[in-house]
Amino acid sequence: MASTKTPPSRDATSENSAIAGLDSLELGDLTKSRDPARIARKAWSATWPKLLAIGLVLGAWQLFYLSNFHGDSDTGLVEGPGAGLANLWDQAQHAQLWQAIGTTIRTAVIGYLLAMLIGSVIGAIVSRIPPLRAATGSIISGLQTMPSIAWFPFAIILFGTTEAAILFVMVLGAAPSIANGLITGVDYTPPLLLRAGRTMGLRGISLYRHLILPASLPAYLAGLKQGWAFAWRSLMAGQLLVIIVGSLSLGILLNNAQDNQDLTGAISIMIVILVIGIVVDAIFSKTDLAVRRRRGLLTDAQTA
Amino acid sequence: MNVLQRYRPDPRSAAQLDGRRPGHTDGDAAVRLSDITKVYGRGPAAVHAVDRLSLTVGQGEFVCIVGASGCGKSTLLSIVAGLDTPTAGQVDTAGRRVAIMFQEPALFPWLTARRNVELALRALDVPKAQRKRRAGELLDAVHLGDFTDKRPHELSGGMRQRVALARALAQDADVLLMDEPFGALDAMTRDLLHDELDRICSERSLTVLFVTHNVREAARLGDRIVLLSSRPGRVIEEYDVPRSGPRRIDSASVANLASQVTDRLREEMRRHG
Repeated sequence: MASTKTPPSRDATSENSAIAGLDSLELGDLTKSRDPARIARKAWSATWPKLLAIGLVLGAWQLFYLSNFHGDSDTGLVEGPGAGLANLWDQAQHAQLWQAIGTTIRTAVIGYLLAMLIGSVIGAIVSRIPPLRAATGSIISGLQTMPSIAWFPFAIILFGTTEAAILFVMVLGAAPSIANGLITGVDYTPPLLLRAGRTMGLRGISLYRHLILPASLPAYLAGLKQGWAFAWRSLMAGQLLVIIVGSLSLGILLNNAQDNQDLTGAISIMIVILVIGIVVDAIFSKTDLAVRRRRGLLTDAQTA
Repeated sequence: MNVLQRYRPDPRSAAQLDGRRPGHTDGDAAVRLSDITKVYGRGPAAVHAVDRLSLTVGQGEFVCIVGASGCGKSTLLSIVAGLDTPTAGQVDTAGRRVAIMFQEPALFPWLTARRNVELALRALDVPKAQRKRRAGELLDAVHLGDFTDKRPHELSGGMRQRVALARALAQDADVLLMDEPFGALDAMTRDLLHDELDRICSERSLTVLFVTHNVREAARLGDRIVLLSSRPGRVIEEYDVPRSGPRRIDSASVANLASQVTDRLREEMRRHG
């Protein structure tokens, strides 16, 4: 009964070569060219927008300087980009700046990891339990619209002027975005993949681990990126507002510059803050791009 | 091989014929559907997708289900696969494992071809050491041995569908349910995949329930063609396909049978017009 099938219509080898031929025709030439000229072109097209951006900023700075905005160019309060960058270079020679960067990054990492943990757990639970979802959905979105700086009085009363107050506000700012990202990802898991997964025998935890979580990854990453933006802003606000005695952070340096009427010094610290922000953003963008490339979600223009 | 004999079923008598004690099956039947009814919604808005449908598929048999839109073909497969429950009636696969393939390959886009197949093995608790080898063998069987590390988006439609076939085979199923699996492919690719499917099914003595709206495809592949009526779906006619050696989609016997089935299908559609 078992093998009452019609035998294959043609002999196996000719069929194989037909299908192999079709495959290679359909895929076309997949080998990527390693032509050095092409690589150089690619590097250049990646670099020039950044160079242009830096040029524009320095140009704007120079114009601001030339405009003599403060009206007292003799006092030397406003300096041009040359003197400003020299100031930054000078600060970079001293341990103080590096110590401040270290403190700030350490707080950023701790706060962000906490937010990631809490946001992911909340997102995972809420996405799995529909009644909870209905109840908390609007709270989560509501929390996102609350400016984080408005939490500081509450946090300072609760925790005093400590790092805990800053971490608390960072988590409140970032966790909702992260939770929302995960919930969106779970919601948008394609039903067809779920059907395929179920017939394969994936259930419960393994369905979550092998299907729902990987399928949610792009939305989750978007949530993580947004969460980082909130966390970083909360951290900067926190370091300006919550002056922790004996600690040296970028916020404290910025405060000191303000107290000393040191505009150039303030700009130097702002450049440092901006650079950290850009670097982290670039990491997120690279990760996002890599994930989308692996899944074939890039347009030709983005792959080029 | 009595199940292969042609009969014109009346749903009621067929139900009596198949109305054996639950759990009892004769050795020859791989899938036994008894009086399956599926109603979506309730009250006046209720839609009868399938109505008292009975069908027995023999072990190793390739049955093609053909019908116009709304005959509940896909619903039927979902019910056999256990993805959906019938409103009434019984499905008996006697503990056989069932795998399903859809019109879309439904591969996981973040995994390579090999990993997609390996995941099905993993769901069956195949030890890790064996998964890689078995996945490689299965992909070889569908002539994709050179493409194991490609991700779905890097493959053509026909190749993706072959990965999906390899994944279905990895589920170690005795019964393969196919829901218009080649519907989205061009004629040339489909033709080659028919040969592939023919070969693989006979090598592995698979029982196949193949849904299609392409009558020629059904005549090319099936041992038997089951024609369903539309809304509600019910078996109206069955055709045995004579096994007279190699078949091609453009051969005269296939064309003959296809035109017979098409005529009957048109008659059924006129009834709705």
